[in-house]
Formats: sequence, C-alpha cells, structure tokens
Amino acid sequence: MSSFVNSSIGKKFFMSITGFFLMMFLVVHLSINLLLLFDDSGNLFNQGAHFMATNPLIKIVEPLLALGFVLHILYATYLTLKNQKARPVNYKKADLSKSSSWASRNMFVLGTLILIFLVIHIINFYWQLKVSHTVPGVMVDGVEMENAYGLVAGLFKASLIYCLIYITGAVFLGIHLTHGFWSAFQTIGWNNDIWRKRIEFVGKVFAILIAVGFSIIPLYFLIKF
Amino acid sequence: MSEKILKEIIVKVWRQKNASDKGRFETFTVNNISTDTSFLEMLDILNYQLVEEGKSPIVFDHDCREGICGTCSLFINGRAHGPDDDITTCQLHMRKFKEGETITVEPFRAASFPVIKDLMVDRSAFEKILHAGGFVSVNTGGVPDGNAIPIGYDDAEAAMDAASCIGCGACVATCKNSSAMLFVSAKVSHLARLPQGKVEAARRARAMVSKMDELGFGNCSNTGACEVECPKGISIANIATLNREYLKAKIAE
Ligand code: HEM
Ligand code: SF4
Ligand code: FES
Repeated sequence: MSSFVNSSIGKKFFMSITGFFLMMFLVVHLSINLLLLFDDSGNLFNQGAHFMATNPLIKIVEPLLALGFVLHILYATYLTLKNQKARPVNYKKADLSKSSSWASRNMFVLGTLILIFLVIHIINFYWQLKVSHTVPGVMVDGVEMENAYGLVAGLFKASLIYCLIYITGAVFLGIHLTHGFWSAFQTIGWNNDIWRKRIEFVGKVFAILIAVGFSIIPLYFLIKF
Repeated sequence: MSEKILKEIIVKVWRQKNASDKGRFETFTVNNISTDTSFLEMLDILNYQLVEEGKSPIVFDHDCREGICGTCSLFINGRAHGPDDDITTCQLHMRKFKEGETITVEPFRAASFPVIKDLMVDRSAFEKILHAGGFVSVNTGGVPDGNAIPIGYDDAEAAMDAASCIGCGACVATCKNSSAMLFVSAKVSHLARLPQGKVEAARRARAMVSKMDELGFGNCSNTGACEVECPKGISIANIATLNREYLKAKIAE
C-alpha cells in the first residue's frame, strides 16, 4: 500500500478521486445556489440552505469535503514540484501549443487562482454563517433560520467588484475542468480510443455548465437590481 | 514537390561539452541547401564545413536514418522531432523550412536524459525500465507453433500498435513533466494484451512503474502532448491501460 501511495500513478489516483469528489460537490452546490434565481423573496433559497445546514448527511460529508480539498491541493503541489524537478534545464524555445491545451499545462496556476477565490468565498459566506454567526435570522413557514439569501443577494447587489470576482472564479473553475474532467477518467484507467472523444465532449459541456451556472448568479443580481 | 534551393538558413545549435557544462547556443549559416535534403544531411553538410574550418563538429545521435531505430532525437524549433507530424528527425526534410529561416536545435531535455555532448543525450534510462520488466520470460523447451496461440483481432491490432514504439524518447522530451508514461504504457499494454505477456502483467506493471519513478521521470498530467509528437502515433489510451494494469496489480498485491 505504501508503495502505491508513493508511486506516481498512486498520487495521480488520489488527485483523480478527490477531483471526482469535488466535481460532485460542485453539482450539489450549484443546484442549491440556483434556487437564488427563482424566488426574489429569498424563502426558497433560505429553505434550501437551511435543509443543507441541518441535514445529517451533509454533516458527515462536510469534513470529507474539506479533506478532499486539502488532499487535492497537497498532491497538486507535490506533483507540480516533482514535475518541475524532472526537467532542471528548460528548453530555450518550446512550442507546446501545437500538442496540448493551455489548460492542461496550467492546472496548478488555475488551481491556485481557484484557491484564492475559495478563500475570499469562505470569508464572504461560510465564515459568517458557520463560524462568526453574524447573519440575522428570518422566519420561513414558521421556522427560524439564518437569512442566507440576504447575505448573498446583499453582497452581489452592493458590489460590482464582488460580482466580477465570482464570475472570474467560476470561469477559472470551468477552465480547470475542461481538462480536469476527462483527465480524472484517464487517471483511473477508465478510457480508450473510442470513449476518449465522448468523455472529452461531456467534460467540455460539464465545464461550461459549471462556469455559466455559477456566473449566472452574480450576473442575475447585477442586471436585475 | 519540386526541388528548390534554400540560399541561406541560420542554424542555432545547442553546444555543450559534457553533462556538467552549462552549455550555450552557437549560430551558423548554411548556404545552398536543397529542399530535398534531409535535416540530418543538412547537419552533416554543416559539420563538413566546421571540420574544414578546424572547428569541432556538432555531435548528434543517428543510426538507421529511415525512421525505425529510434536513435535520432533533437528538439527543433520548439518541437520534438521537428515541425512535421508522425516522423522521426531523420525523416524530416528541409522542405519544411523557409528561405532565411532561423532554425533552433536543442537536445531532448530531461533530468533522466543527461546530455553526453551537444545534442546527444543518454537515454539508457529507457533500457533500465525495460530491464525491470519490459520482457516476456522464456523458459527452455520447444518453440510452440505461433498459430496454435489464439489471439483476438482487436487485441492483436492494439498490441501491434503499441509494439511500434521505437523508444526514441520524444514523449519524455515534449512532456512538460518529462514523464515516460507513454513509453512505459506502450510496453505494458503491448505485452498485457498477448497471452505470452499476460502471465507476468502484474509484476511487469509494478516493476516498470517503480523503475520509471526511481529514475526521476515526472508524473503524467494527461496533457496528450506525447502522442502528438510521437513519431509512431502511440495513443495515450495506452496510458489509461497502464493505469488500469497498475491499479489491478496493486490491488492484487
Ligand atoms: C472545486 C474545485 C476543484 C475541482 C472540482 C478540481 C477538479 C480537478 C480534477 C477533476 C482534476 C483531474 C485529476 C486528474 O488529472 O486525474 C484536477 C487536477 C488538478 N487540480 Fe484541481 N480541482 C479543484 C481545485 C483545485 C485547487 C484549489 C488546486 C490547487 C492548487 C488544484 C490543482 C490541480 C492540479 C495541479 C491538477 C493537475 C494535476 C496533474 O495532473 O498534474 N485544483 N482538478
Ligand atoms: S512512445 Fe513514441 S515518442 Fe515515446 S519512445 Fe515510443 S516511439 Fe518514441
Ligand atoms: S536514425 Fe533511426 S529512427 Fe532516426
């Protein structure tokens, strides 16, 4: 087992598994977030957020998610450093654009930008909801809950800068996934010459849905209010 | 394609005395080169020129000069085996270059492929990986009739495709991580598909991957650059096969 963890393929295996896990998280996260668009009173989203916050399953998954992020980032850093060491003297003239996509060559740059966004994002919302508990409550259908809608809508209505930060974050995530999605399948060996094109296609669609889906939310508040 | 004469081309070549020398570019002018000349013949002509001028000729690897041995290398104008697709450097011709063009020539660069001199690099790391497991153990006894071993068409084809790897190292040279995964995957998936090789598939995958890691090649980021620059068009689907074989082997361990 230890030789597996220490092997190049073993480390990539963990990148792939954590990547899959993070992508599943994105789907759930986006589904709940899109509730923001369908009820301007905020009740629908608040109920969704309350359901997630009180759901016992989510309580179990939340630390796993944090672990997934930590492992993904640690392995990403380790692999990237190792890969740089494998070519100590660089080419003076290299033209890699003919043979590979920009995203595939810059996963660590994209990942770092996503990480910066993630920190901003946590400070904006997660911290206030879960740590400092500074979000005022509302009553929805007789249930007392935190006004998460007010927090999100308030931020986007008040600040063009934050809208742009969130849109940029979503776009970086999308670009990360134009390569990451199919790459994760390749890493666990779930690929061949026929499925390659299909998985790559689904990956591109998935990446666009994630980028557009998350961008729509700040755009909605920016345009409507 | 009709022959033309390139009146003048500029060749910017990497010169390096040995592995510990820092190395530098030297620039030469070569005149009156036919577009039908191969790239290596152009370097031969340049070398005659250098010898006549009493300078030391440029050292580069070559052998068959017909695209089958895997000895030639070179990173030309930013690409492994130069600007043409699916060929080795020895199959590259001057018709791919323009009048007056500056052509930059570098060695294949990777920590695991140290420079011997100028453009010649030591690729014996590949041999070490093969010694670790890139073979089928043959015991004594009579030779079995080839036709008596049934192999499905798809497996035979896929195995033949993978077997066409000539071990040139372009995959390592072009990979941003200097990963040897395409080479190793070609060997592993070639042998794992055939009845003779299947027997040792798990041991082979483990041994070759661990040797590859030990020799300092990078990890695979699935960028796909290797299959584009590979002169034999080895598909990275073989890398998926290798990942599968390795995971299976490790679970079985
Ligand atoms: C929600 C956020 C994220 C998702 C959904 C995600 C998803 C993925 C996926 C699916 C892969 C492909 C795995 C493979 O090649 O087998 C990947 C690769 C990668 N990710 Fe992420 N990722 C996220 C955040 C990050 C962050 C914060 C970093 C921080 C540095 C990062 C760095 C990388 C790197 C460097 C790779 C490529 C590793 C390699 O092949 O060399 N990712 N990501
Ligand atoms: S896989 Fe292709 S590029 Fe790599 S060593 Fe074999 S023939 Fe050369
Ligand atoms: S010299 Fe043999 S392949 Fe080029």
